Amino acid sequence: MMALAFDVVLAALLILAALAAVAGRGLFRAVIFFIVYGVLVALAWARLGAVDVALAEAAIGAGLTGVLLLAAHGRLRREGLEADPGAGGQGFAAIGGAGVALALGWAWFALPEPATATRAALDSALPDAGVGNPVTAVLLNFRSFDTLLESIVLLAALVALWMLARDGAWGERLGLPQHARPGGVLASFGRVLPPLGLLFGAFLVWSGADDNGGAFQGGTVLAASLLLAMMAGLYLPPRIGERLWQSALVLGPVVFIACGLVGALVWGGFLVLPPAYAKGVILAIETGLTISIAATLALLVIGPPEQAHNSGGAA
Amino acid sequence: MARAIPKKPRRPLSAACGNSAGMAWGDIASIGFTAVGLVFFVAGTVGLIRFPDVFSRLHALTKADNLGLGFLALGLAFQAPGWTEIAMLAMVWALALVAAGTAAQMVARAALAEGDKDERP
Repeated sequence: MMALAFDVVLAALLILAALAAVAGRGLFRAVIFFIVYGVLVALAWARLGAVDVALAEAAIGAGLTGVLLLAAHGRLRREGLEADPGAGGQGFAAIGGAGVALALGWAWFALPEPATATRAALDSALPDAGVGNPVTAVLLNFRSFDTLLESIVLLAALVALWMLARDGAWGERLGLPQHARPGGVLASFGRVLPPLGLLFGAFLVWSGADDNGGAFQGGTVLAASLLLAMMAGLYLPPRIGERLWQSALVLGPVVFIACGLVGALVWGGFLVLPPAYAKGVILAIETGLTISIAATLALLVIGPPEQAHNSGGAA
Repeated sequence: MARAIPKKPRRPLSAACGNSAGMAWGDIASIGFTAVGLVFFVAGTVGLIRFPDVFSRLHALTKADNLGLGFLALGLAFQAPGWTEIAMLAMVWALALVAAGTAAQMVARAALAEGDKDERP
């Protein structure tokens, strides 16, 4: 009874938060309600027992996407471009959103259920996967091609963001100069939290093999620690051409593709993993992916290079 | 889905000190402390909505974060299956405390810099 009441309240709050994000006035309000909505969705996933998805939704859906939207809003406000879309624009967005929802709903009911993707098939294949967490087994073994493409999409997003840099700013440090007072509250916080974040991020990746966690969740925690150190003024954001950072950005996809090629040459197919080596290979890919995800997400939030570093004189 | 916490079934600490009336002292403590925590959350929310400026609203909000969450964690600790979970609850509270305190300082400084333009309708 209590559980049902909780679920009904949660579902009602979800719909209200979604409505407030879409129908409310003002960009800032929409962003805030989008974050609230993400937190509620994470709760809903946790209620459904999908702890991995809940972790990913809280870290990426609510946390990281929320920060990106807040940063975009701040940029629009700085440049004086924050304008309400007006009734026409909102109507257009409503029709577009409803169209996407309808199309997705139609696809969900119209497409045949794939014959192989059943829980029984997963359970019988799991002993050969090399890891005990079925979600990790699907992401990095049975359907690893999808994950490979995802890791490359992330990189493409960062390159697209860098395309927004002005010509003169290309060689500058990424993002706007940070104004944290040395020895202030943020600087202290930036010293206290990153070690804990490093520990927790690495734990999430390691625990993802047999339990809840994984490269995306761990990478997001690491990215947050990195961002905090940058925002606290303890670590200067890199420039685009820095070798160490470039290597970190591509490490995950490179390790992933290399493992796939080894599979193609030795084990009989691209991304094929024989059970005897599966755990080692998956851990190698996850480690590489975590480093790349952490670097990419952190640099996505920091933003494109800005000329302000010259005139501001903070760096 | 593989779950981390209950490796082997353990009795809650509260069950070890049950009384004859049928309700364990641990459960009574849980209800009492979470109720106190909820009072702080309600008060913090009311303050967030009703207080006139950024600084007093921050004051209300951090009270909910610090004391409310602290009492909730304390109440839940009586239901924890072991000391590991109690330590986790304590860590959750400590980290939230540090983060909320820092965020409040940041918001207050930003409000001070912008001259606290009150934007409420």
